[in-house]
Amino acid sequence: MQRQEAAKRVISSPADAAAGDVVIAGVALKIDPLGALIHEAERMLIVADLHLEKGSSYAKRGVMLPPYDTGTTLARLAVLIARWSPRRVVALGDSFHDNSGPERMAAIDHASLSALQAGRDWIWVAGNHDPNIPADAGGERLPALAIGPLHLRHEPRPGAQSGEIAGHLHPIARIAGRRRRCLITDGSRAVMPAFGAYAGGLNIHDAVFEPLFSRGRKRAHVLAEMQVFEVCATRCHPEELIRPIAWGMSSK
Amino acid sequence: MKRTALPTSALPAPFVEWFAARGWSPRQHQLELVARAETGESALLVAPTGAGKTLAGFLPSLVELTARERRLPGTKRRGLHTLYISPLKALAIDVARNLKTPVEEMGLPIRIETRTGDTSASKRQRQRRDPPDMLLTTPEQVALLLASPDAQFLFGDLKRVVLDELHALVTSKRGDLLSLGLARLRSLAPDMTAIGLSATVRDPDELRRWLVGSDEKLASLVTAPPGAPPDLRVLDTSERLPWAGHSAVHALREIYDAIRAANMTLVFVNTRAQAEFVFQELWRMNDDKLAIALHHGSLDAGQRRRVEEAMAAGKLKAVVCTSTLDLGIDWGDVDLVINVGAPKGASRLMQRIGRANHRLDEPSRAMLVPANRFEVLECVAAVDAAREGAQDTAQPRTGALDVLAQHILGMACAEPFAAEALYDEIISAAPYAGLTWEQFEKAVDFVATGGYALRTYDRFAKIKRMPDGRWRVANGRIAQAYRMNVGTIIEADMLKVRMVRGPLPKREPGAVYTGKIGRGGRVLGEIEESFIEMLAPNDTFVFGGEILALQGIQEDEALVSRTHADAPKVPSYAGGKFPLSTYLASRVRGFLADASSWDHLPPQVGEWLALQAERSTLPGRRDLLVETFPRGGRFYMAAYPFEGRLAHQTLGMLLTRRMDRAGLKPLGFVANDYAFAVWSLADVGRRVTSGEVSLGNLFAQDMLGDDLEEWMHESALMKRTFRNCAVIAGLIERRFPGKEKTGRQVTISTDLVYDVLRRHEPDHLLLEAARQDAATGLLDIARLSDMLSRIAGRIVHRDLDRVSPLAVPIMLEIGRELVYGEAQDQILAEAANDLIREAEGAKARSSEARDLVPS
Repeated sequence: MQRQEAAKRVISSPADAAAGDVVIAGVALKIDPLGALIHEAERMLIVADLHLEKGSSYAKRGVMLPPYDTGTTLARLAVLIARWSPRRVVALGDSFHDNSGPERMAAIDHASLSALQAGRDWIWVAGNHDPNIPADAGGERLPALAIGPLHLRHEPRPGAQSGEIAGHLHPIARIAGRRRRCLITDGSRAVMPAFGAYAGGLNIHDAVFEPLFSRGRKRAHVLAEMQVFEVCATRCHPEELIRPIAWGMSSK
Repeated sequence: MKRTALPTSALPAPFVEWFAARGWSPRQHQLELVARAETGESALLVAPTGAGKTLAGFLPSLVELTARERRLPGTKRRGLHTLYISPLKALAIDVARNLKTPVEEMGLPIRIETRTGDTSASKRQRQRRDPPDMLLTTPEQVALLLASPDAQFLFGDLKRVVLDELHALVTSKRGDLLSLGLARLRSLAPDMTAIGLSATVRDPDELRRWLVGSDEKLASLVTAPPGAPPDLRVLDTSERLPWAGHSAVHALREIYDAIRAANMTLVFVNTRAQAEFVFQELWRMNDDKLAIALHHGSLDAGQRRRVEEAMAAGKLKAVVCTSTLDLGIDWGDVDLVINVGAPKGASRLMQRIGRANHRLDEPSRAMLVPANRFEVLECVAAVDAAREGAQDTAQPRTGALDVLAQHILGMACAEPFAAEALYDEIISAAPYAGLTWEQFEKAVDFVATGGYALRTYDRFAKIKRMPDGRWRVANGRIAQAYRMNVGTIIEADMLKVRMVRGPLPKREPGAVYTGKIGRGGRVLGEIEESFIEMLAPNDTFVFGGEILALQGIQEDEALVSRTHADAPKVPSYAGGKFPLSTYLASRVRGFLADASSWDHLPPQVGEWLALQAERSTLPGRRDLLVETFPRGGRFYMAAYPFEGRLAHQTLGMLLTRRMDRAGLKPLGFVANDYAFAVWSLADVGRRVTSGEVSLGNLFAQDMLGDDLEEWMHESALMKRTFRNCAVIAGLIERRFPGKEKTGRQVTISTDLVYDVLRRHEPDHLLLEAARQDAATGLLDIARLSDMLSRIAGRIVHRDLDRVSPLAVPIMLEIGRELVYGEAQDQILAEAANDLIREAEGAKARSSEARDLVPS
């Protein structure tokens, strides 16, 4: 049980967590086990699919999920910001579960978000869930963003897209019977893991990932408690076996 | 109470003539129910199968309706007169058919209809507008009707509710829901009375209270005379009795011979896998081409109907079946019941035996076929209990909180409710008699906004308070969602098992084939998703009598190929479905303790126990025997609580945690209905005898505190329990076919909700509901707790130099059951590898069993 003990220690002291390395279109990036990319040269932190206020979005339709998702997601974001002190934070779309998310957000969560934004650039890239984030969410709004050879946008584009870093698809890998969030890359482009506390997952063997990556070069950077494991996609189990009960909402 | 014979003249003329024309006379208990109805009393009829129970239940209503004045044209339509509720859809339809015959023959002016999930929408609509006199239906349909605005019209004139197979209904969440429905019916129609029809039960007073929802005046008890005592025997096989396993393969020839000698036989087995196996093996030896059929829950419904019809027509010689034929319908002239494996409970055995010979005056004939040595003990105990007429039906339930939440929403859908009035009504339902006002308020709060401490959802509430203080449903969409989610049966998610062409392309060892898998092979049947979840691709298992390798999952299908493996990695996908009853367990412990009772047992079993007494010891009736011994570089600890597999699994989970803390380095454990065994790297026996470790401390009741709490956090069983509660309570919606495919990345798993609630709201209603379920359900904590308190200070330890005779069966289970599937979470990864090697090392072979036995 020593390993479990060790795991507990690390979780309670996240500063010990070991980031992984990933190279996308020749740019060396760090990947934090909480599910963010860090561009150290630019002091830039990238997270995707926060889905803030997803709980209240369901509550609106009569599905009363516990209202702790926004608080949890922001707290984890705060840990990341404390760990990496980024000059700029990019939220890669679907930051709010819907456009009226900021309206429903509790005052205390508004306050923590403002605190995180203070003293740094904050960019909301538009997602399909939140094409029009209202101004009271702070930050700057962009449809997409280019940093050197890297292209940051919400939805991955079809065809070869060298340097593209996208979100939207919520990849997960199934290893040793457990589903874990992961980043997928073939060295040329990447799809990031979803960051939001209530974000679901799509198995990396799902057909939508097929056309995005060169066959045989697809690798998963799998998020574990205190480190990131890089594995060949073929080592991950093909289908998620534990299907979550669906609320019947599609992302469209 | 009048016990004197009632004259037939208690019945109106058409009835008297009808009975007479057939040369029949009404039975005493049938007339007594008519008399009770006349004085406005509710009644419980306890009668064995074949006693004319169903007709008895309807007779009072038939008599009343015959005498009732016809409704004049132009006057207000009347609501239902009688509501009949059955646990089985098929039973409701069958009863309606049987009831229509006398009604038509007597020319009675009575309209009888059924209403089930299969009834057409137009007919259902018409029934609400123009209800029949008698409606035969299921508990779920009753809940739906009660939640509709028509409830007052439909049930306002109700005179009687007839509840069939009440003993089977009250032990489940369906019974909870029905009890709440019954409470509402009593409010809508205060003069209504209830008739419960039941097989023999341990405590009829509980059902009598359940029927009226009050301690003041229980429903009167009407008992039909018992039938002739059953003719029971345990097969004393001439073959060698197996040490372990559930297939009873040794006895199949003897079963076949018994089938051949009888007119028609029902062969009951405990699981679908067993049914498949026994069926195929019987056909393999079927040189006489006897008409032997198969009936179990995974078979296609049309196929099952055909078997039932062939049976009713007397075309079959035998049917191999699971508990699907335990209840209800008369299928024909069965003259022999064979129960393969252990019966698990005395009352369950009686119910099954009752399927033979539906004529009261002739004895039911039954043969029990134990599949292994422990099952012999269990079968003998069950036969003794049946001869004494002892019953071990389940204890009454405390009403589930998730069902309560569903009911509250339903009541708001019917019409606005005042909280105080609804509370009073709910506590009149027997399972909810102990519900506090605080719990009720919490449930209302949960229905409204999820019941969270953070009050952020108030404006989205599903039920809202009106200015007069009553609660109403927020909008039509919520009512619609309620109707889609009504009921308490969560079907196990099933996957089709489809054969694909093998072998698959070569690949590096350990890697998994992820490309296209050729489809189009035949479908072998269906299997629980939860079982497949435990497997990794290439794991082998038995299904439909074949050894298959899992290749992958596509949509709702498990793709499998044939394999040449000689033994499956995961051979059985459910041992006995029902755990051994506490009552039988105690009788089995009694046998072990009392050597004078062994002449009663087959000689092979007597010799086995005698050898155990010589090599180790046999525990006293209230004691727990714990044995420790080395084998193959491991140190084993075997214990024999006889408390059923579920309680033993929970105990194993908790005990290995404690052993780990004590430095005993446990690697894994295995459990069956009778015993469990833990294996470790450390010499547990030596540590105990030297006084370093105390067994009393290891088995102390405080394991149900922090250890349990910690384990529940991880337990997949607990998460599944929680998911069921969340669906029943209406927190999340039921899954419908096709719906789950959309947008999987934006769905939320209930596991996540479970984790969040445990972290933020540990006292949440749904966690409370899940804990309540865990106590009696998959984790059987209540029984474990009773056991731990029974054995405190009564542990008998034997440190042995090798495996004992009593330990052989449980040692053979190692590698048969994937109990460590769940333990994997708890045990270090490197240890898990050892564990699997160990599991694969001990294959269940009778030759090996002989090697294990000390000679």
